[in-house]
Amino acid sequence: MVTKVVESPAAAVSGVADGATVMIGGFGTAGMPAALVEALIAQGAGGLTVVCNNAGNGETGLAALLKAGRVRKVICSFPRQADSYVFDALYRAGKVVLEVVPQGTLVERIRAAGAGIGGFFTRTGYGTTLAEGKESRHIDGHQYVLEHPIHADVALIKARTADRWGNLVYRKTARNFGPLMATAAACTIAEVSEIVQLGRLDPECIVTPGIFVHRVVAV
Amino acid sequence: MKWTRDQVAARIARDIPEGAYVNLGIGLPTLVANHLAPDKEIFLHSENGILGMGPAPAAGDEDPELINAGKQPVTLLAGGAYFHHADSFAMIRGGHVDICVLGAFQVSITGDLANWHTGAPDTIPAVGGAMDLAVGARRVFVMMEHLTRTGEPKIVERCTYPLTGVRCVSRIYTDMAVLDVTPAGLTVVDMVDGLSLAELKQCTALEASR
Repeated sequence: MVTKVVESPAAAVSGVADGATVMIGGFGTAGMPAALVEALIAQGAGGLTVVCNNAGNGETGLAALLKAGRVRKVICSFPRQADSYVFDALYRAGKVVLEVVPQGTLVERIRAAGAGIGGFFTRTGYGTTLAEGKESRHIDGHQYVLEHPIHADVALIKARTADRWGNLVYRKTARNFGPLMATAAACTIAEVSEIVQLGRLDPECIVTPGIFVHRVVAV
Repeated sequence: MKWTRDQVAARIARDIPEGAYVNLGIGLPTLVANHLAPDKEIFLHSENGILGMGPAPAAGDEDPELINAGKQPVTLLAGGAYFHHADSFAMIRGGHVDICVLGAFQVSITGDLANWHTGAPDTIPAVGGAMDLAVGARRVFVMMEHLTRTGEPKIVERCTYPLTGVRCVSRIYTDMAVLDVTPAGLTVVDMVDGLSLAELKQCTALEASR
């Protein structure tokens, strides 16, 4: 029998290595897998590269991981928020490296990694400082910028419902980056509200098929 | 004489046709939603994964997992849909969003847009979806004040702030005028009552024609 269900968030994040690249789902706090991030802080891995749309809100979730000094680099589209003061202070003190990526390019780089695509050309960013040093190409009358995939060792995502094979269904706008990050990591870990019996998820409505998911924990 | 923000928002709302797929940027452009005629079906897109976005919920009905791109609580209209970020940005970059309304620090006479970063050394750069929207939406409307707080033109020959996109703006709505960006330069679509073309040119770093 195959089951990807583990008993606790601590078990779910076991084995994350120092220096790992960790994708963390969520747009602001919607879809942020707070229990997994908390468990990762307790687990102790440091020197992490974090890929996330934002750079933490308040002092929970990613902000807490930053505050604990575990993050070496953040790759995100929108670090600056009304309540991103933990990141702001670390950045200004030179204690964390920031790579800003346009939001659509960020998710497409993640998608490319998950889909085995070695790179892609996008019009986004052409002629801006974010495209400096990048190869560009003229295609059908427009200028495009070459962007590369982002692979991760681990993805921490949040979904509403799972089964033991790791099939996932999300909830409202908490879906955001989850289905893409799930495809791009060597080990995808999903925090869910509910685990149901096999066959209870409508196969027409499964958003992330279990092939992309390695561990599931109900919180 | 100047138009109020609500008058500008109402003007933009009147220019959005029924059936349009529309993304309203964070900040000033969100005002446009308040002025869309209830009898006109317009699809609001939010880049975090919503089509058919509805207004803010009643107090007490907020759902932290149903938010807009500005991370404020919203609702979903009947017929609305949720989707992941790759689909959302395929809608944007793929040219499926008809109109995007964005705020701006500066717009150049050729339609270059600067709205994501002041470039000041002590600020933390944050771009979000601005660059994708600027190049991807079929028409990019800018909604902004005509002048900065210190009275400098925001419509300029060349942007001095870092660019968001090159030659991407279709139309500019300010508190003084509505201007189209055309291959021949800026053309005036509308001006606030009592303003002369000469006065408009004085506070716009360009030669606008009617």
